[in-house]
Amino acid sequence: MTPDLLNALVLITNYVIVPGLAYGSQLALGALGITLIYGTLRFANFAHGETMAFGAMMAILFTWWLQSMGISIQPLPTALLALPLAIAATIAFALFTDKAVYKFYRKKRSTSAVFVIASIGVMFMMNGIVRFIIGTNDRNFADGERYIIMARDFKNMTGLDEGLGIKVSQGITVVVAVILVGALFLFLQKTRAGKAMRAFSDNEDLALLSGINPERVVLIAWVITATLATIAGTLYGLDKSFKPFTFFQLLLPLFAAAIVGGIGKPIGAIAGGFIIAFSEVTVTYAYKKFLTYIVPEGMEPNGLVQLLSTDYKFAVSFIILVVVLLVRPTGIMKGGSV
Amino acid sequence: MIDINNSLRAIISFSVIALLFVVIGTVQSWSVALTIFNLGIISAIMALGVNIQWGYAGLFNVGTMGFAALGGVAAVLVSQPPVPEAWTAGGWRLAVSIALFIAIISMVVIVYKKTTKGLIRNISITAIIVPGYFVFRFFFDPASSAIESVNPAVTGFLGGLGLPILFSWIVGGFFAAGAAWLVGKVSLGLRSDYLAIATLGISEIIIAFIKNEDWLTRGVKNVTGLNRPVPYEIELQKNDAFIGWVEWLNESALSAISADKHTALLHQMVIEHSGIFVKLCYSGLFIAVLITILMLSVKALDSPWGRMMRAIRDNEISAGAMGKNVTGRHLQVFILGSAVVGIAGAMLVTLDGQLTPGTYHPLRYTFLIWVMVIVGGSGNNLGSVLGGFLIWLVWIEAEPVGVWAIDQLTSWMDGSNPIRLHLMETAQHMRVFIMGLVLLLVMRFHPEGLLPEVVKREEGE
Repeated sequence: MTPDLLNALVLITNYVIVPGLAYGSQLALGALGITLIYGTLRFANFAHGETMAFGAMMAILFTWWLQSMGISIQPLPTALLALPLAIAATIAFALFTDKAVYKFYRKKRSTSAVFVIASIGVMFMMNGIVRFIIGTNDRNFADGERYIIMARDFKNMTGLDEGLGIKVSQGITVVVAVILVGALFLFLQKTRAGKAMRAFSDNEDLALLSGINPERVVLIAWVITATLATIAGTLYGLDKSFKPFTFFQLLLPLFAAAIVGGIGKPIGAIAGGFIIAFSEVTVTYAYKKFLTYIVPEGMEPNGLVQLLSTDYKFAVSFIILVVVLLVRPTGIMKGGSV
Repeated sequence: MIDINNSLRAIISFSVIALLFVVIGTVQSWSVALTIFNLGIISAIMALGVNIQWGYAGLFNVGTMGFAALGGVAAVLVSQPPVPEAWTAGGWRLAVSIALFIAIISMVVIVYKKTTKGLIRNISITAIIVPGYFVFRFFFDPASSAIESVNPAVTGFLGGLGLPILFSWIVGGFFAAGAAWLVGKVSLGLRSDYLAIATLGISEIIIAFIKNEDWLTRGVKNVTGLNRPVPYEIELQKNDAFIGWVEWLNESALSAISADKHTALLHQMVIEHSGIFVKLCYSGLFIAVLITILMLSVKALDSPWGRMMRAIRDNEISAGAMGKNVTGRHLQVFILGSAVVGIAGAMLVTLDGQLTPGTYHPLRYTFLIWVMVIVGGSGNNLGSVLGGFLIWLVWIEAEPVGVWAIDQLTSWMDGSNPIRLHLMETAQHMRVFIMGLVLLLVMRFHPEGLLPEVVKREEGE
């Protein structure tokens, strides 16, 4: 390969593939939570973004506490150590909302719209709690090493013009996502509780007839959802930065990921997360420099060659959502019908 | 019996609201009370719009923010003076690109209708969209940058029609209705929570569009100083008739003091009264709109059309079996409700005198409106109006009350205690929490809302 082609490849890896992988992992973990709740409680949980914010906030608070005691796990961020505590707190909170809010409507067999409105109420309350406790400002809680490879070191190492920088947070995100997804699938495929969950999600009446305890399934769904949401929120906060408002804005890409993949289908949520993430990144990336490397000299583009301005990234998830709903309403993995 | 009970409830509830305004007027100030009242009317109209969709027809639209913002854009496009330089700079290119855009979309729609589901349809639609997009950008990009570079500090956009801003209330309704038609065509017929997600997405896109397309709306540079349908305070303060009127109004207070203080006090009073007078003018206009929309909504709900809508809401399948066009009715009611929200959006921008796209947040412009409808009583128009006022009052007053409560609760702490300082700083966010709590409590213990839906039945049934 010529150096130009290599440069172009490194450029795309640095600005599209690495961020896309990290963002996709975060979306996949979040969308898994939405899909699990949909599969068991059968409603679109509007409070999910706030659950992620709550979990991330807990992780930040415990991180600060650990830092104040001088505990750290260099070179990894302390937040990883705080995660189990944060997960426990978020699970407790999720179970509390289920008991205080959703259980009542489950008993009444209310329509999904009622559940959604209730989840909007929960969303308001969680949003208030998060803002009340931690405020609305940016909170940076990443510590430890910042980079696995620095762009400058990469350039020195390879002698290329373009550098490749990988942040520790991006590496952790992908590794953690892979481990979690693996564990989740082992759980769903191999354990009794996991099989019960899948049975309940596929056909509620049949599952009830087979003696599956619905309350137990719902409980497990909340525990898994809260765990995934806390981890996804914390990873997102480590990677970008923690700001309560951004988690609300994640709601749309999360829903899009869950629906595109086929709502109620865990595999679909993961695929959906990466589809949405890569679409957002590729459509809003300015290809000028990339094209300059690969086209013959004298044919370089004048403009930025950006398909859509970055501010339209919501539009990307939305357009994919609409196209999928029109072309294949059940999503890629044939999830619940529309 | 039931009817009397309901009217009584309505009278009591509205009296309580009126009382609350009197309390605010005397404790805080009448200016504050009127500001809250005016925004309360706008909230009530938005709630009416959502009620038309959710209460009449059971459509789950959480895109209110987008339709309100479109109304706001209408206010700018109707009232701002046109910028001829911008039109000459990029006008024809823009016209070409918009024509292209429409042509591409219509080609896609035609192909979609003429082909059957499958590979051929997907390939041909892609073959239209991909090259079409680049041709569109070829004309559009130079046009928008040319327009945006015309005196960017002051204009940098095409301007509007330079008409009185009152027209924009109607235009705003049409803008929102047009958008609702497009949205409804694509997303109605989806399951209720999918429709919610779809409309949430649409509203975010509308806001992104308004923030970004500087050539049309100046984006985040904001459009300020919109013209007004009511007099300006400055002019009132110079108007002799108004000064005389203020003097007459406060005769007793003015006559009690010496002549040299008289002029100073009168001047002070004229300034205060001019502000209140302007707000009262807005209130008058807004009340007229509110009453018109409320009466039309009540009439519509009482008509055969309203009964049909409720029949569709309560059982789509049987209404369909009776020959009702469910999708068509849904589209109709979706457009109507969105138009009402659009009108309210235009009124809001008129009241503010500026369009600031950065201030549109879904919590405030979508979900808060939903709380109003649910708390007021979905399906009851008067209930939505009540919910609009009540929730708006709580939303505004929760902030000072919350700060006061935290101040009292933490008064035993030291003034520089970090916990106290943090709590004081974030106390304002408690109102979000309170909103959620109110919504959940009403849903749990009084799901029909403060003023329940009235179902008229024939005697003897």
